[in-house]
Amino acid sequence: MQLVTALGFILVIIGIWGMLTRKNMIKIVIGFSLIDTGIHIIMVSIGYIKGRTAPIINEAVDRTNAAMEIVDPIPSVLVLTAIVIGLAVTALMLVYVTRLYKHKNSLNIDDYGELKW
Amino acid sequence: MGKRIIISLTLALFLYISLPFVMDFTPADKLAPLSEQYARDGVREVGAQNLVTAVIVTYRGLDTLGEIAVLFIATAGIGFILSRGNTTKGQKRESSRILQTGVRVLLPLILMFGVYIFINGHLTPGGGFQGGVVIATGILVFLLVHPRGKIHSLILQVLESISGFGYVFLGLLGIFLAGGFLDNSILPLGQAGQLFSAGAIPIIYSLIGLKVGSELVNIIKYLKQ
Amino acid sequence: MEFIIILVIAIIMIMAAILALYTDNLVTAIISAGVVSLLASVLYLLLSAPDVAMTEAAIGSGLTTVVFLYALNKIRNSGGEDG
Repeated sequence: MQLVTALGFILVIIGIWGMLTRKNMIKIVIGFSLIDTGIHIIMVSIGYIKGRTAPIINEAVDRTNAAMEIVDPIPSVLVLTAIVIGLAVTALMLVYVTRLYKHKNSLNIDDYGELKW
Repeated sequence: MGKRIIISLTLALFLYISLPFVMDFTPADKLAPLSEQYARDGVREVGAQNLVTAVIVTYRGLDTLGEIAVLFIATAGIGFILSRGNTTKGQKRESSRILQTGVRVLLPLILMFGVYIFINGHLTPGGGFQGGVVIATGILVFLLVHPRGKIHSLILQVLESISGFGYVFLGLLGIFLAGGFLDNSILPLGQAGQLFSAGAIPIIYSLIGLKVGSELVNIIKYLKQ
Repeated sequence: MEFIIILVIAIIMIMAAILALYTDNLVTAIISAGVVSLLASVLYLLLSAPDVAMTEAAIGSGLTTVVFLYALNKIRNSGGEDG
């Protein structure tokens, strides 16, 4: 599935471009969420083997020969954890944006220049 | 103008790094050795049919503990930052009759579906995280239809604390009664395929599901006020 | 046949991602990001990973969109207009 891996990388590149060029703070957070989704697609697409089924071993899968019939379960485990953590970090970033807006009444990131040298 | 050149160079550099990865990527045709060992011995050692559940709760249980800690820290940070703000103005208009009756029918069904997902985590696709998120979505529907409704914050705190404490306590019980931390053979393994099998996996996953669900409801409650 | 489905899903996803970052209306941008997550969940199902598909559908296109919209509501109600 080279197409799915390429799609993941394209999403990451779109996310990085969005984070670097957009000025609205909420668009920057949306770009961050797109980078997360792209990386998860790349990780799941690496574990796929053509023609095999989901990693659940019940009567439909031959138990003694299960290693020949299932997809890799380990990338699913990593991505499951990463999705939940991505939501928590996105929520925290949005709370920071809300606080900054209440301070200066502007969503443009060029107005917050106190840290520039 | 200089900034635009630097941005284009950064994107071109990333494209150059990722291109050989996509071009030379040959999809695998057999499992990696570690996954092969999990597929061969997973059902016999752990007793769960869902291999992803078996890896999350027993083989990699410590990583799940770390993830729950990260979720807790994020929720605490959100609560801390939003604690000094004033409440949002804006009209709180009651919803129409159709929505109120619809929520009254749908909310028990959604909660029951969420509990079903995390109790059957070791037999079918699903588990603690999915069930917890479904429960949080059900309570979110309730908060959207009744904008003046309140969820008692003491119940949420007690539920979250007891779930987290119970998870670590079951892990420590594994040290004394069985092989190591978070070993699930403290209860009998049973026969794979039944509901009461796989040792302590249903109990551990239920606690994880309740904890994730109550934390997400907490996040929504902080953001709503 | 499967290749055509994945190609169509990929094209719609890339168009929605670019729309989410180009438009001026913030609500349109947030909902486009939700559409990207929804199509990613369908893609996970085609790659034989049902646990990941369930989690991504519930979190990505449910809770993330709602959290974005609640934050936008807070911003609009506290200042008067968004910048």
